[in-house]
Amino acid sequence: MSLEVDVRHRLGGFLLEARFATQGRLTALFGHSGAGKTSLVNIIAGLLRPERGRVAIDGRVLVDTSSGVFVPKHRRHIGYIFQEPRLFPHLSVRRNLLYGSRFMRPRERRESFADVVELLGIGALLERRPGLLSGGEKQRVAIGRALLASPRLLLMDEPLAALDDARKAEILPYIERLRDQSRIPIVYVSHSVAEVTRLASTIVLLDHGAVVATGPVPQVMARLDLLPLAGSGEAGAVLEMRVAGHDEGYRLTTLRSAAGELRVPLLDLAPGAPLRVRILARDVVLGLDPPERLSALNLLAGRVAEIGVLAGATADVRVELNGEMLLARVTRLSIDRLDLKPGRPVYAIVKTVAIERRNLGQGQPMSEGAGFDEISL
Amino acid sequence: MSWLPLLDFTSAELVAIRLSLEVAAWAVATSLPVGVLTALALARGRFWGRELLDVTVHLPLVLPPVVTGFVLLLLFGRNGPLGRPLLEATGFVFAFRWTGAALASAVMAFPLMVRAIRLSVEAVDRRLEEAAGTLGAGPLWVFLTVTLPLILPGIITGAILAFARSLGEFGATITFVSNIPGETQTLPLAIYTFTQVPGGDAGALRLTLVAVAISTAALLLSEFVGRRVARRVGGL
Repeated sequence: MSLEVDVRHRLGGFLLEARFATQGRLTALFGHSGAGKTSLVNIIAGLLRPERGRVAIDGRVLVDTSSGVFVPKHRRHIGYIFQEPRLFPHLSVRRNLLYGSRFMRPRERRESFADVVELLGIGALLERRPGLLSGGEKQRVAIGRALLASPRLLLMDEPLAALDDARKAEILPYIERLRDQSRIPIVYVSHSVAEVTRLASTIVLLDHGAVVATGPVPQVMARLDLLPLAGSGEAGAVLEMRVAGHDEGYRLTTLRSAAGELRVPLLDLAPGAPLRVRILARDVVLGLDPPERLSALNLLAGRVAEIGVLAGATADVRVELNGEMLLARVTRLSIDRLDLKPGRPVYAIVKTVAIERRNLGQGQPMSEGAGFDEISL
Repeated sequence: MSWLPLLDFTSAELVAIRLSLEVAAWAVATSLPVGVLTALALARGRFWGRELLDVTVHLPLVLPPVVTGFVLLLLFGRNGPLGRPLLEATGFVFAFRWTGAALASAVMAFPLMVRAIRLSVEAVDRRLEEAAGTLGAGPLWVFLTVTLPLILPGIITGAILAFARSLGEFGATITFVSNIPGETQTLPLAIYTFTQVPGGDAGALRLTLVAVAISTAALLLSEFVGRRVARRVGGL
């Protein structure tokens, strides 16, 4: 799948001028509220007609204002999962799910009813009315309804925003299964770093109606100039690692990537299993020599790649670890004392990592770091 | 038993009751589609003259009914600007016919019907219609499968209100189509006629009880059906 968007649209005093292309399985449109994320997905879905621009999926032009093309929303085959479930209150869950299939010829139906019901775990709800479902159940039915319309592309506009943490934890695994098991590419709108790092393959970072960065998640997340947009309190890097082995005696699991090895409390994952590890900048300590007689196990060797803006007491330092990136938040005093500058070899000591758990239990309460378990090392 | 004469209807009275029900039923059945379209236009339309349409629809509510009846007579009389072409083209006549009584009832009840439907149209969550669109439903399908079911409570309420209002229509009817027994003499007109002749009290009382019974039944039905449909539409 390839999605190309190049649009310009004015909404009152707000100017949306966005241009990006993506081929990712799950592309996150990420940015603060008011950055223009929802307007952008509304343009892709055909709910909003841009003043100027072009939208194309796999080369099929949906909007092109220069040639007057505007495919109406019901002919776009784009599934849309809104913040609120928007189920039809007068129809049962089953008839909600089947709503889109009557507008398709049988050979266009690519999703089987039984598979979707199974994927989303909504088999017990089929004869119920939407008014009697919980928030999480409603959102699962809404996802199923969009899937059963056999869309070419699935848009999700903060589908978890209206849910509490327990309900978020209930839905996230289904979205992951969807991403990994269905062939439908997803565009996912979110302002939560945790959701984006957990789910996305590609990220499109929006700010004040403009695209400021596009690329794979680890790259975009490690860029110092973008930190304020991602919320500086949450600054952190994402490492894509694999389980290298377990030490049953000490109850530790070793994770490995090009950046090096991390030892974390024993994980219930098979060796070779991929997982994303998010390391917050404030949990990283830098040193010039390998420390001795220190309790921390996790020591990664690298070089200073970049030092962020030096204002206030602290600054963020980007450290390159054999091609991968880590962020460390240290004081300016330390930067001067250690004489940190680009190219200088350093050791990064990691205090805590957040590990994405793919097999979350249902109904388990979760913090705003939805989808990540904090692990102190 | 002493109250038995109350149920001892004369054939003229039965004719008036039947005529009333028929006139009201026709008035509602024929004006309902127009009422739904008008309510949609007023609730959602963005067109020139929307306010004018709004005022016109509501005029019968505030004008003296006799005035409405006279206007209908002017327009739909055999020589009226609408009545004559209609007669020449189709042979259809409103003036001094039961069809005219139905027209007068429909016009008088129209504002009530449109108001009830319009309220329910304005209460529809348009985001549901957007969702239906993204699922592949074109505008007509969205209307038939989402909008229409959701405004059904308003349509039912509007229809029953209009039916009850039609049963009570007097002024416009007597002005437009006169008081012809068996043709245009509906229940209220029959009661009025009874009160104008000596010894008509018993007949007037019998018909009054019938009017009360029919109106009460209509309101109860509207309440019952309205609640059931509202539950359904509310997703329960």
